[in-house]
Amino acid sequence: MAKAIVVEKLSKAYQLGDFGTGTISRDLERFWARVRGKEDPFLKIGEVNDRTTKGGSDIVWSLNDLNFDVEQGDAVGIIGRNGAGKSTLLKILSRVTSPTTGSVKIKGRIASLLEVGTGFHPELTGKENIYLNGAILGMRKAEIKRKFDEIVSFAGVERYVDTPVKRYSSGMYVRLAFAVAAHLESEILIVDEVLAVGDAEFQKKCIGKMGDVSRGEGRTILFVSHNMDSVRSLCNKGLVLNNGEIIFNGDVNEAVQTYSIKRFKSSTTTTGNIPLSDSTVIQLFQIDNLPAVTHKDLEFTLIIKSSEINTTSSLVLLILDEYEQRLAVADLRNSDLFRISSTQNTYEVKGKLKHLPFLPGIYQFGLYIQSHAVSGNFYNLLQFEVLQKPREEDILPYDLSVRGKIEIDHTFVIK
Amino acid sequence: MSRVPEEDWDITITPKSSLFDLRIKDTWHYRDLLLLLVRRDFVAFYKQTILGPIWFFLQPVITILIYNLVFNNLANIPTDSIPAPLFYLAGTIMWNYFSDCLTKTSTVFKDNAAMLGKVYFPRLIMPLSIVLSNLVRFAVQFTLFLILTFFYWTKGFSIAPNSAAFLFPVLILLIAALGLGLGMVISAVTTKYRDLAFVVTFGVPLLMYTTTVIYPLSEAVKKYPAYSWIIKYNPITPVIETLRYGFLGKGTFSWGLLGYSAGITTIILLLGIIIFNKVERTFVDTV
Repeated sequence: MAKAIVVEKLSKAYQLGDFGTGTISRDLERFWARVRGKEDPFLKIGEVNDRTTKGGSDIVWSLNDLNFDVEQGDAVGIIGRNGAGKSTLLKILSRVTSPTTGSVKIKGRIASLLEVGTGFHPELTGKENIYLNGAILGMRKAEIKRKFDEIVSFAGVERYVDTPVKRYSSGMYVRLAFAVAAHLESEILIVDEVLAVGDAEFQKKCIGKMGDVSRGEGRTILFVSHNMDSVRSLCNKGLVLNNGEIIFNGDVNEAVQTYSIKRFKSSTTTTGNIPLSDSTVIQLFQIDNLPAVTHKDLEFTLIIKSSEINTTSSLVLLILDEYEQRLAVADLRNSDLFRISSTQNTYEVKGKLKHLPFLPGIYQFGLYIQSHAVSGNFYNLLQFEVLQKPREEDILPYDLSVRGKIEIDHTFVIK
Repeated sequence: MSRVPEEDWDITITPKSSLFDLRIKDTWHYRDLLLLLVRRDFVAFYKQTILGPIWFFLQPVITILIYNLVFNNLANIPTDSIPAPLFYLAGTIMWNYFSDCLTKTSTVFKDNAAMLGKVYFPRLIMPLSIVLSNLVRFAVQFTLFLILTFFYWTKGFSIAPNSAAFLFPVLILLIAALGLGLGMVISAVTTKYRDLAFVVTFGVPLLMYTTTVIYPLSEAVKKYPAYSWIIKYNPITPVIETLRYGFLGKGTFSWGLLGYSAGITTIILLLGIIIFNKVERTFVDTV
């Protein structure tokens, strides 16, 4: 496949503090430095991409030596924490600002939706703004004219098209703006969290439109969002940024997981040699089939070893959420447990949590053990993330905050 | 991995570009935007006003009435035997066009930071749209000037238009280019140093007195022979003088001065475009 975007050694430095905002002393200082033939202190450091100066100076490298390619037709989710450099990257790609070093090569036209409604003039009518906004995005007048009806009906604002946009509801405003951008014939579309606004119906339409865009017409999409669900449902590739550097570039599911692990540094899906008492250790405790996905089975292995016979009367798997709230338990007692633990030093449990009913998020496993040598609750033995199950329809999942505590596996028919 | 040859890329983003890479082709592609922005400015100007476009007339009319009262009647500054209102109007519309271009262009980054910070289009479009929007306004005011000239001519005043009037398009070009060029220089500098913005606010109205808006050049030369060069070599003076000479038949017209004015204007415009292009690439980070 042909490459749509090639980014090479891309870096962007920002000056911390009061750069050129008009404090006289600082301006004079910089001016004086230049008069004496010295280099501007800002530019001097900016020219050498030296990481070691990072801590000492007031330069911050918002992007640091990025190298990546994007293939034509890919939908790439760019994820990372606040300040990871996502927006800076998009700003450079959409040519709003220039990089400090490095280069980006792009094939095709770029439409960027960094913030919807850019250039909308409140006094102008919807119609006038469609033309103006389209032109700002790089469309020719004839092109807008051709797509005008389509844009209006996509936005669902037929009735308001001759009303100044200052009287629009914020939802209408956003819909109109998105509609204009979505109809731009560009090979590359850059989207920055615009879907957060708009109602479910419109979100669905946008996803559908963007889906058409990336699959049907071979458009390339760069999508920034903090909503892992929308990233997973829209994108096939993922790029994880952390402190201005790429820490992962590849399949979107792995990217989301990398990001989550990065976010919750303590995430462990396998562990061993955890002493429970003087004589007993967890030799191995692990999740066997990663990633954990809602409504998929989750398999685990637990090996408990003791230096003596350790008759066990209770063994319970505890499942807690990230706030250490107990959500469920899995009772692991059966006659085999009593028999083996009474005759051998070591026993192994292989288990399966069927149709994992958890929402996407971070969870942990703990154990409750009542035995000859050990008794008590042991928390935080394993941490793992449950991922959103693959999207079946072109519908964006609702926000996690409104989806309750468990994910019910369900079917329905609409007649 | 196969490398795509360099020339296949549509866009290449690098930290620095050539000083003279003005992206003219890019700007041409966005010509529709230019026109739409002009339209926007024009429409937004009189939205929710009762008088609408009449405001374009009222402004210069009131100005020349005041000038007439203060400078002609009170201060007794002669107007080269041209009817005073006509004399002032010729100077005022030219000066207003220049000062509008200059002041609006000088704050173009600041005024449009929200828009320019979100989406790319050739930045040169913004100042160009300002110059064109003001040209619309100028055209309306110039019509007023023609009407007034005709009015005085029918009244029997000695008004003698001559072939210098054909220089009119050149004059417009010069005044627009000068306003645009100076404005762009200032806009580029003010993204970092706001101080100059304040200088513009009080400096531009004062600068008017160094051109021949309210007095004829001949009078200035007569009264202040030692200092009149400041007025004479103000690149706007030859433009106003030529306009008066061409349409009203009175004024100081010389090819030398006009040529000088054109030279200065070209230099300032080029300087403006170059500085502007240099700053527009990263102004988002500093504005």
